[in-house]
Amino acid sequence: MSFFLQILISGLVVGAVYALVAFGFVLIYKSSDVINFAQGEFLLVGAYIALSLVVFYQVPFLAAVALTLSMCVILGIVVERLVLRPFIGERAISVIMATLGLSLLMRGLIQMIWGTETRTFPGIFPDTPVRMGDVVVSQVYLWSLAIAVLLLAVFTIFFKYSSTGIVMRAAADDQVAALSMGISVKRIIAIAWAIAAVVAAIGGVLLGNINGVNPSLAYIGLMVLPVVILGGLDSVPGAIVGGFTIGLLESLAGGYLDPLVGGGVKEVVPFVVLLLVLMIRPYGLFGKEIIERV
Amino acid sequence: MRPRNPFVMDCGVFTTNYREDMAIIHHPGAKLKVLAVIAFFLVFPFMVGPYYVSVANLIGIAIIGAIGLNILVGFTGQISIGHGAFMGVGAYAAGILTATLGLSFWIALPVGGLVAALIGGLFGVPSLRLKGLYLAIATLAAQVIIEFVIVHWPALTRGPAGMVLPAPTIGGITLDDDTSFYYLILIITLAAIVFALNLFRTRTGRAFMAVRDRDLAAAVMGINIFKYKVTAFAVSSFYAGVAGALWGHYLGVISPEHFTIHVSILYLAMIIVGGLGSVMGAIYGACFMTLLPIVLRELADAFGRSFGGLTHVMLSMQEAVFGLLIILFLIFEPDGLAKMWRNVKNYFKLWPFSY
Repeated sequence: MSFFLQILISGLVVGAVYALVAFGFVLIYKSSDVINFAQGEFLLVGAYIALSLVVFYQVPFLAAVALTLSMCVILGIVVERLVLRPFIGERAISVIMATLGLSLLMRGLIQMIWGTETRTFPGIFPDTPVRMGDVVVSQVYLWSLAIAVLLLAVFTIFFKYSSTGIVMRAAADDQVAALSMGISVKRIIAIAWAIAAVVAAIGGVLLGNINGVNPSLAYIGLMVLPVVILGGLDSVPGAIVGGFTIGLLESLAGGYLDPLVGGGVKEVVPFVVLLLVLMIRPYGLFGKEIIERV
Repeated sequence: MRPRNPFVMDCGVFTTNYREDMAIIHHPGAKLKVLAVIAFFLVFPFMVGPYYVSVANLIGIAIIGAIGLNILVGFTGQISIGHGAFMGVGAYAAGILTATLGLSFWIALPVGGLVAALIGGLFGVPSLRLKGLYLAIATLAAQVIIEFVIVHWPALTRGPAGMVLPAPTIGGITLDDDTSFYYLILIITLAAIVFALNLFRTRTGRAFMAVRDRDLAAAVMGINIFKYKVTAFAVSSFYAGVAGALWGHYLGVISPEHFTIHVSILYLAMIIVGGLGSVMGAIYGACFMTLLPIVLRELADAFGRSFGGLTHVMLSMQEAVFGLLIILFLIFEPDGLAKMWRNVKNYFKLWPFSY
């Protein structure tokens, strides 16, 4: 039982990070129809910048995070302006290849700057584990879960009530109509990229505190695809539900199936789910069904 | 056609009937050119050292794989991020036949291609309902699942350790050095090119292009789009399987690391840089992307001697340059090297009176 709860909690934490990263992913897809294969690299950049600030420049953790996030805002806007702007209205293959190229470019640059070995954050969250009944959970997990859930709530409220959020929803719903209402769609897309970079960076910092930072963290960028397909590519609640579902599923499969087949199930189960979802309900749980006419 | 002076260049393609229009080689001069190129490649190993022959071998294998991917992506418009895995299926199928069962390479090579075609066709089935971005993600799932199976089925694939494959033999000659393998690869590459060029003069090839241009319109015109999409996946994977089987037997060893998602992206990069929807483009792209890391390494070595400490960031730099090239080509010349080469040729066709 305690094994089960242990798995459950680590699944929830991973799921919360997935939900965060998927949130940024969906935001970009909704506002500009771009599937961002470089989402994992944004996560990596955020984690590395925060790490450098904390370790090399001795910036206090919270200030470092604030600095990291402002840098990520700039990065997101710059990437959108330089790389993605020329692809508005281009074929799907061009857009996919552009973001794949972007992910290669970013990963290459990251490895040139920071190398490939795993680095760890100095202990920011207290080390003493928390006992809940017969389950022992380290505080990093609980903090990460709390922060991720809080952020998801903040962003959901932002989209529902703030004027920028409403404008973004309008632009996502119908770009032409939004343009005719005087909304700058280019600005909206830039904001979407900035937010996506920020949430990815937060995810990176949280995961970096749990597992340490190395380039394989960018794998999250791929794992987020099953999440958004399950939830629906253009649905924010879908990203959250999908994130937790896939996180839990992955954790459970890893805990119970790994000993049977010798490891690695964690990575493949989400993609099996993905294929099943695509076969049965391609637009996901909450996605909008696209009806095509000649 | 009027006999023409063989020493001047064409100033355009002028045809008077469909047979001439459909021809692959439009005039006798071009035929001579093709023969000269083939003759050059026949004597190529005698003119250069074994290192360059081995590079040529890798390029040949890349050409086969890239043409296969271009048939699917460039001609049929179905995006695949699983090409590396399909190469792996071919390589492992052929490898199991030769190394484990001891069958001849000449049986294993086509069987490897066919097994890859079968698996590729299977993963092409989702294309019935999915297109564009969704299909790309489905093929990514194929990549992850196939990689998982290769790593976690050691009884068949020997897992992460990889397999050692025997060298093919023909009539008492063992093809175990670069030069002998060169001719094998040359023949298969030529066959692959000729087949691809001819494919697009058939009903099937034209159907592929109709599906690419607008699949609903193609369906309205009576093309069974599901059949042709799956066929495209199968043909493309057959090419990938043959390329994988050749690669495996050329290297003499295969392991899961040879067929990761990076390989898939590399092949996509080849056809983007070379030119989508063009057989020649796939060839240029394969040459370019195979030579690029070699040139980069030479450069890094040269600079490394003067600056020092550059070689350890080599792999990362290579990745960054790949990414940058993909983006730059997509922005500035989406039709790739093939289009650039055509532009150069067109310029000189009318030179010096281009207006």
